[in-house]
Amino acid sequence: MRVRLQREDFDVAAEVARLTRGRTDVGAVATFTGICRGSEAGGEIAAMTLEHYPGMAEAEIMRHVEEAQARWPLLGVTVIHRYGRLVPGDNIVLVATAAAHRQEAFAAAEFLMDYLKTRAPFWKREERAEGGAWVAAKEADDAALERWARPARPAAAE
Amino acid sequence: MKILYFAWVRERVGKPEEELDLPAGVRTVAELMGWLAGRGEEYAHAFENPKVIRAAIDRTHVRPDAALAGAREIAFFPPMTGG
Repeated sequence: MRVRLQREDFDVAAEVARLTRGRTDVGAVATFTGICRGSEAGGEIAAMTLEHYPGMAEAEIMRHVEEAQARWPLLGVTVIHRYGRLVPGDNIVLVATAAAHRQEAFAAAEFLMDYLKTRAPFWKREERAEGGAWVAAKEADDAALERWARPARPAAAE
Repeated sequence: MKILYFAWVRERVGKPEEELDLPAGVRTVAELMGWLAGRGEEYAHAFENPKVIRAAIDRTHVRPDAALAGAREIAFFPPMTGG
């Protein structure tokens, strides 16, 4: 598994290739890319700055990758989260999961994103024409996290 | 003890981190927030609504009733908005 925090952009195709290169057991790779939007709730966003807690952010993501690996038979996981100033159209986050079958790859990617949204120590600050403001946490994100509260049985055991 | 602040908690306190000697009566995260709130106007502003502030001890999420004993690093921050 690979967890990276970086200012720089990432290359989705290169990251997928890294998960599958030289192996024939991977039958599915699911990727999620989060991208900086140019508008939110009707207002235009000029840029966004992502602050993070160095040390904890890596550790927290790593814990959730391990949790995903315990729940589903994954053959590889890559999580890349950017920090610093981003403009609309820029990549923010990549979650890529490799498995033998699509169900595990999809489920693990969704699980990891729901955790990243609410538990990974990152904070977004938007720059708008009228000034800057910290993004408020969404209740919908907490609700999305709750559906994973009951431990899922690994598909391989069923 | 090393105390870190992030996002608007950091902006309101006016610094990203500091080293503080805590009084003996401050034993939990909630008590620490209460004590910090009494350190001045900027702290009072940052901790005016402790219910919305999250905390981590040694880089692990904790609840307000978590004990501070043995902690090296405590962080305070708003609900997270990553991803």
